[in-house]
Amino acid sequence: MASKYSNITVQGYRRENGRVGVRNHVIILPVDDISNAACEAVANNVKGTMAIPHAYGRLQFGEDLEVHFRTIIGTGANANVAAVVVIGIEPGWTKRIADGIRATGKPVAEFSIEQKGDFETIRAASWAAKEFVHHASEIQREECSINELWVSTKCGESDTTTGLGSCPTVGNMYDKLLPEGITGFFGETSEITGAEHICQKRAINEEVGERWYKMWKAYSEDVIFAHQTDDLSDSQPTKGNIEGGLTTIEEKALGNLEKIGRTSKFIDILGPAEAPQSGAGLYFMDSSSAAAECVTLMAAGGAVIHTFPTGQGNVVGNPIVPVIKITANPRTVRTMSEHVDVDVSGILRREQTIDEAGDALIEMIRRTANGRFTAAEALGHREFSMTKLYRSA
Amino acid sequence: MSEIPHLLVHEEADNVGVVVVEGLKAGTDMLCCITHDNSTFRLTSKADVPIGHKVALKDLKAGDTAMKYGEDIGKIIADIGKGEHVHTHNCKTKRW
Repeated sequence: MASKYSNITVQGYRRENGRVGVRNHVIILPVDDISNAACEAVANNVKGTMAIPHAYGRLQFGEDLEVHFRTIIGTGANANVAAVVVIGIEPGWTKRIADGIRATGKPVAEFSIEQKGDFETIRAASWAAKEFVHHASEIQREECSINELWVSTKCGESDTTTGLGSCPTVGNMYDKLLPEGITGFFGETSEITGAEHICQKRAINEEVGERWYKMWKAYSEDVIFAHQTDDLSDSQPTKGNIEGGLTTIEEKALGNLEKIGRTSKFIDILGPAEAPQSGAGLYFMDSSSAAAECVTLMAAGGAVIHTFPTGQGNVVGNPIVPVIKITANPRTVRTMSEHVDVDVSGILRREQTIDEAGDALIEMIRRTANGRFTAAEALGHREFSMTKLYRSA
Repeated sequence: MSEIPHLLVHEEADNVGVVVVEGLKAGTDMLCCITHDNSTFRLTSKADVPIGHKVALKDLKAGDTAMKYGEDIGKIIADIGKGEHVHTHNCKTKRW
C-alpha cells in the first residue's frame, strides 16, 4: 500500500552491480597493518582518495581470518565506494581481497610490496589511484528510490534518554521505511542481554528466532562468561552509560531494542561483516557493541547510511559511511551540538512526538543521501576498527 | 502539555521514572508523565538527581524487582524511599 514515504527519492550513485551508494569514495585499502604506510603515501600523493589504515591482517586464521577478509572485502565492495586500490605485503591475500571486491564490477587495482619495496609500490599505486579519481569524479548522481538504501543502526554512549527518545526515533523510521522495502541492520549481541526474550519474538518466524537465540547464547557463553573476571557492571553498562543514569544491562538492552520500533521483524541473522542474502528487510548482525567496531562491520555488510542514537554524546564516524547522530538529551545538545545531526530533545519535553521525530530522521536520511555531510563527516571522524575474534597465530 | 515534565515513566507497571531536566533539586514537586498514554501525576523528589537518573515511584525494599519499560531491569539491593534516587548503589543486574 502506498504511503507518504513511498515516493521519496534520493540522488544516489548507482554502481555496476545495481546497488545504490550515497558517497563516491576512492579508497586506498591495506590488506594488513604493515601496508598502512604505503596506502597513506598514495592517499597523500593523489587528492580525492582516502587511505583506510587498520591494525590487523597478519597471522590470523580460521573464523577470525574469515571475518578479517569479509570486513576488508565488504568495505571495498560497499556502494559508497567508486573504486579501490588494494595494497598488501604479499600477492596472495592481496589478490584474494582484490578479487572479492572485483565481483561487484567496480574498478580495482592491486599491488604488493615484497620484491619491490614501498617506493616502487607507491609509485605504481599512485598512477592507478589517479586514474580512479578521474573516473569517479565524472560519475553523476541519479534519482533512486529511498527503498534502495541499506540503512544500519547502532547506538552509543547510551543513557536513559536514548530509550525514551533517540532509539524510538530510529525504530519509528524503520517501522515506516522497512515496509517500503529498505534493507536494515541492527546488532550489538551482548547488549541484548536482558531483552533477549523480546528480541527473539521479533524474528519473522520461529526458525529465525531459534537461530537468533542460539547465536546470542553462544556469544554469552563463549565470549562473556569464558572471559569475565568479576562481572561486567563496569563495562556493560559502560562508565558513560552509568554517568547517564543507566544502572543495569537489562535496562540498557530494553532501551537499545527500541531501535527496531513497534512492528518491524527481522528476517535473518548475519555473521560479523556478512552481507544480506535474503532480500530487502531487517537483519540482525552478530556484532560487538563497541561503536567503531559495530559500524565498521555493518558498513562491510553493505549499509550506506548509519543512524546512531546517542545519549551522553558518542562522537564516532566511519570512513565510507555517513553516520547520522540523533540525541534526545538536552544536556548533550547544549554541550556537544557540533556532533548532533538530529535533535529530538523535544520528545523529553513532550513537545515532539515519536512519529514527528521519526519523520525528522527520515528527512535527514534523505538529505544525507543527497550529499549533506553529517556532523561526523564534517569533523573528520573516520574510525575504522576491525573485529578480532581471538589471538593471532 | 504546557508545563515541561520533570520525570518520564515508560509504562504504568514501572516503579522507577527518569529525570529529564537538568539540576533537579530535592523537594521539587515534579510533574511526571507516563509516555505510554501521556497520563500525568505529581511526585516530590527526595534528593538532588542528575538528568537521566532514576527516581523511585514508591517505597522499594531490598529484594524487590526494579521495573521499567514494564520489564524487569534488575534487583533492588537496599531499601529505597518513594522519591529517592535509584542507581548502582541500590539496584543491580540479575545477569552478571
